[in-house]
Amino acid sequence: MPVRHAAGVRVWQRRARRRQLLVWLGWLAGTLLIVASWQGIAANTMWNFVWDAPAQGADLLARMVPPRWAYTGRLWRPLWDTINIATLGTLAALVPAVPIALLAARNTTPSAVLVRPAALLLIVSSRSINSLIWALLLVSIIGPGVLAGIVAIALRSIGFVAKLLYEAIEEIDRAPVEAITATGAGRAQVVTFGIAPQVLPAFAGISVFRWDINIRESTVLGLVGAGGIGLELQSSVNVLAWPQVTMIFILILATVVVSEAISARVRHAII
Amino acid sequence: MLCVERLVKQYPTGDTALRGVALEVPAGQVLALIGPSGAGKSTLIRCVNRLVEPTAGRVVLEGEDVTALGPAALRRARRRMGMIFQEFALVERLSVMENVLSGRLGYVGFWRSWFRRFPPADVEEAFRLLDRVELTECCDKRADALSGGQRQRVGIARALLQNPRILLVDEPTASLDPKTSRQIMRLICELCRERKLAALINMHDVGLARLFVERIVGLRQGTIVYDGSPDGLTPEVLTTIYGEEDWAERRRGPGGEEEEPEVDEQRLAGLT
Repeated sequence: MPVRHAAGVRVWQRRARRRQLLVWLGWLAGTLLIVASWQGIAANTMWNFVWDAPAQGADLLARMVPPRWAYTGRLWRPLWDTINIATLGTLAALVPAVPIALLAARNTTPSAVLVRPAALLLIVSSRSINSLIWALLLVSIIGPGVLAGIVAIALRSIGFVAKLLYEAIEEIDRAPVEAITATGAGRAQVVTFGIAPQVLPAFAGISVFRWDINIRESTVLGLVGAGGIGLELQSSVNVLAWPQVTMIFILILATVVVSEAISARVRHAII
Repeated sequence: MLCVERLVKQYPTGDTALRGVALEVPAGQVLALIGPSGAGKSTLIRCVNRLVEPTAGRVVLEGEDVTALGPAALRRARRRMGMIFQEFALVERLSVMENVLSGRLGYVGFWRSWFRRFPPADVEEAFRLLDRVELTECCDKRADALSGGQRQRVGIARALLQNPRILLVDEPTASLDPKTSRQIMRLICELCRERKLAALINMHDVGLARLFVERIVGLRQGTIVYDGSPDGLTPEVLTTIYGEEDWAERRRGPGGEEEEPEVDEQRLAGLT
């Protein structure tokens, strides 16, 4: 009990003494863990390289500027590929994500015992593998190129979109759903009239957010051969053409800024 | 018309909401269910159209045992039971017209409703109902742009578009101010009379119930403890329904002396 009696006065504390002690012990354990981890990292670090780092960094930077502007002409096509990978990958993910979310949400799943765990497993397995790793697998399955990138982005996005969407579905207002059910509507009609209008803003927001993330992720997919601007990045790094690398960075940065502006505007318009 | 027989509802949590409720509602009768919170009023109404599945007992609507129906037949039976809700239960991001037309979902196939291609006769009827509840100009507004009273009138139009035989009304005025409450109750009762509908209305406001309905059923802890005319609601009866309370208490004037007793009906109707 946080309230104690001391000399006839009631003393209030936020936590009882035992709880307070536990909180302090928790902090102590956390601090010790950090100190121990740091010692482990320090032992495994070659400090000569670290002391050297500022000089190396400055050297690299010096070789990276000025960017090779003329190289831009060769970048438009891969950049366009990158944007397409992100956009088509996102669209391809939205289609299966909606039914999976409906199967996973506690209030819409046909069976909480059988179907829901299966849907959740799908979501988790899609989310637990990074798109770069999906791309690595897919390049060896369907060969290098844009298609592998699109499928990689889609596979990774299904779980993300489905997870956020099913959480939105679980948070809807139950009353309209009850009302639509009471009219004698069928299951599918209850979903389209009672649930869909309530989660539509969330769905649009999630999709645009994921598209925005996918633009960034698709820029690196080329590193494993899945098309897009990452291919150029890799070949430039391989031949130590640092001014070209700078140019690619600038273009990626510009693309991300634009996509972020678009997604912010879309989300603003919906809410 | 509607016959409820020995209805029992026990929730999985172990709470027993209804303990063998029996009730018969003749065609065209408007009936108010009163009782304290947790007495089982909402559960009873929801057991009638099986939004809540009763544990035991039967609900018979126009000779058909609703409790025994399969999913498809249940949906057909629900078309004959219009429901009106406390918080209106409109789909807020849909327009008024879409909300009203959703009353036809039980009659219209999925793709028709998906593309909003409701039969012209349904749309015509929806317009007539919107005229009747005086919301014609609002038909393109989004439901969340309306005031409480307007929203409830949309809810009423939606329920009536089902072409029901009975209205199940759950606390229609609990979210409304006293004046709007009376208007909404008057509208519901008028519409029931015009269309010869029976109605089962859950109410918190005893005064309002007395003003508008012909029969009152008092529910306490899942059992019917009163069934009769509004005039029979004596302080003793109210005590059986709600528990001990000074039902005759009057407002005291500034000098401590009792003021002129007001007409009980008006005093209670003012309290919402």
